[in-house]
Amino acid sequence: MDWVPIAWLGGIAFGFAVFSVVAGALTGPRRYNRAKLQAYECGIEPTPQPVGGGRFPVKYYLTAMLFIVFDIEIVFLYPWAVAFDSLGLFGLIEMVLFIATVFVAFAYVWRRGGLEWD
Amino acid sequence: MNDTASLLADDPWWLIAFKAVCVFGFLVVITLFNIVFERRVVARMQHRIGPNRHGPFGSLQSLADGVKLAFKEDLTPSTADKVVFFLAPVISTAPAFLAFAVIPFGPEVSIFGERTTLQLADFPVGVLYVLAIASVGIYGIVLAGWSSGSTYPLLGGLRSSAQMISYEVAMGLSFVAVFLVAGSMSTSQIVAEQSDWWYGVILFPSFAIYLVAMVGETNRAPFDLPEAEGELVGGFHTEYSSLKFALFFLAEYINMVNVSALATTLFLGGWRAPWPISLWDGANEGWWPLLWWIAKVVILIFVFVWLRGTLPRLRYDQFMKLGWKGLIPVSLAWIVLLATVLTVRRETDIDTRTLLFTFAGILVVGLLLSFVWDAVAARKEATKLEVRTAPRQRDAFSGGFPVPPLPGQSLDEPARQPAHSGAAAPDAGTTGPDTAQEGDRG
Repeated sequence: MDWVPIAWLGGIAFGFAVFSVVAGALTGPRRYNRAKLQAYECGIEPTPQPVGGGRFPVKYYLTAMLFIVFDIEIVFLYPWAVAFDSLGLFGLIEMVLFIATVFVAFAYVWRRGGLEWD
Repeated sequence: MNDTASLLADDPWWLIAFKAVCVFGFLVVITLFNIVFERRVVARMQHRIGPNRHGPFGSLQSLADGVKLAFKEDLTPSTADKVVFFLAPVISTAPAFLAFAVIPFGPEVSIFGERTTLQLADFPVGVLYVLAIASVGIYGIVLAGWSSGSTYPLLGGLRSSAQMISYEVAMGLSFVAVFLVAGSMSTSQIVAEQSDWWYGVILFPSFAIYLVAMVGETNRAPFDLPEAEGELVGGFHTEYSSLKFALFFLAEYINMVNVSALATTLFLGGWRAPWPISLWDGANEGWWPLLWWIAKVVILIFVFVWLRGTLPRLRYDQFMKLGWKGLIPVSLAWIVLLATVLTVRRETDIDTRTLLFTFAGILVVGLLLSFVWDAVAARKEATKLEVRTAPRQRDAFSGGFPVPPLPGQSLDEPARQPAHSGAAAPDAGTTGPDTAQEGDRG
């Protein structure tokens, strides 16, 4: 039952967004030509690209991996924070050990230059 | 189940629908307001007037812009992945609306004779829900950049997603301190816990980290790198036109409202009246709190505009450095410190003042050490610099034409004697016999 209001709001939001996208295609003028349908690159001939965008810097991939590591750390931190009062000293020591372990990996990545962008 | 959840549980369906429509309408209207507000305020900051033609004080400007966009040509590049290109604005906009669902914007009121609370839904994991839904919004941006089949949108989309996930980590870590103190992840519970002190005051470091992270998370100036027009044209929405573009714009502004509302809920006491007003008994009852809540959100929106009017855009490496090397380690250290303080207070009978003084002492010693460290490093750097740029003698005519000396350089004394006399030898080790010889010859 808790989720019924979310379903209402979600229905309205999705309906509005889909309506806008469809309406935008119908209300506007349609006077296409070849240049308009090309990818925009400030007026020069667009660079040929393989489908899906071709290659991109591996740094983004590394950032995504690091994000997953830290996101999982956060997911573990939340229940601990909520139940903090009932866990006592044991909970604190456990969590400090956990944070320190992840921090070792973080320090390694930092030292190896995984966080440098140029 | 707390009061709010039980109040919400017996809402009839028409009340739920009514509140959902109101929330939707509020978000659309406040977006229209925000765009005009931002343009007017930033214009004042830049000694301009800003839009003032449509409606009183230009208040209908964004409505006019919306109508104009609806009648613009809807282009799809021939290289685009049609289906995803079509879906990306929807994926970006819908979560922006949905994230607002758990924000409490008022206490118990009566709507058409039905007791309810001014909040759409209340979960024990409310804040986690906001984070989860906000993450879905990032898919819209990545997919928009990817599906355009064009260089700039792809780069913009990648940048944008890297930026948002980096700052989401800092944002998530800044919440941990709130959960530690409140003992709950439910938004209504967190507001209820702030009846004495706002968490923005007692957990100020978390609040500061959140404020930086929320600007990074919404791609706003000075962190609007995905839209750095000097580098990437328009970023991920370069290829979008007409209402599809309008949807991305709407999503960005709703996300601004969302993070501001979340900041209000977690750090600024939610709908509770600020201090001087809170002395009045009726301040936290009935419909008044809605006013305080909107005022707090609009003040945070003003902070966004203020930042845009004040700060230049960061470089990408500086931006990532701030997120990964600044905010994340600081928030981890702050969480450990806070948890330690709370545990010590609970387990031992050391009073808070002693504890505060101890930590203040540690902080002062740490700061002093870092100053000493900085001073030593600066001296080392200075000696290095001195060696490199030591004042040299410079022959003004060495390049064939006269060149003035650079700072720190001095010109050669023009030789009075022809070169064979050896007079121009300031660098020669002036040992005794040599000088004597020269003197003899001169």
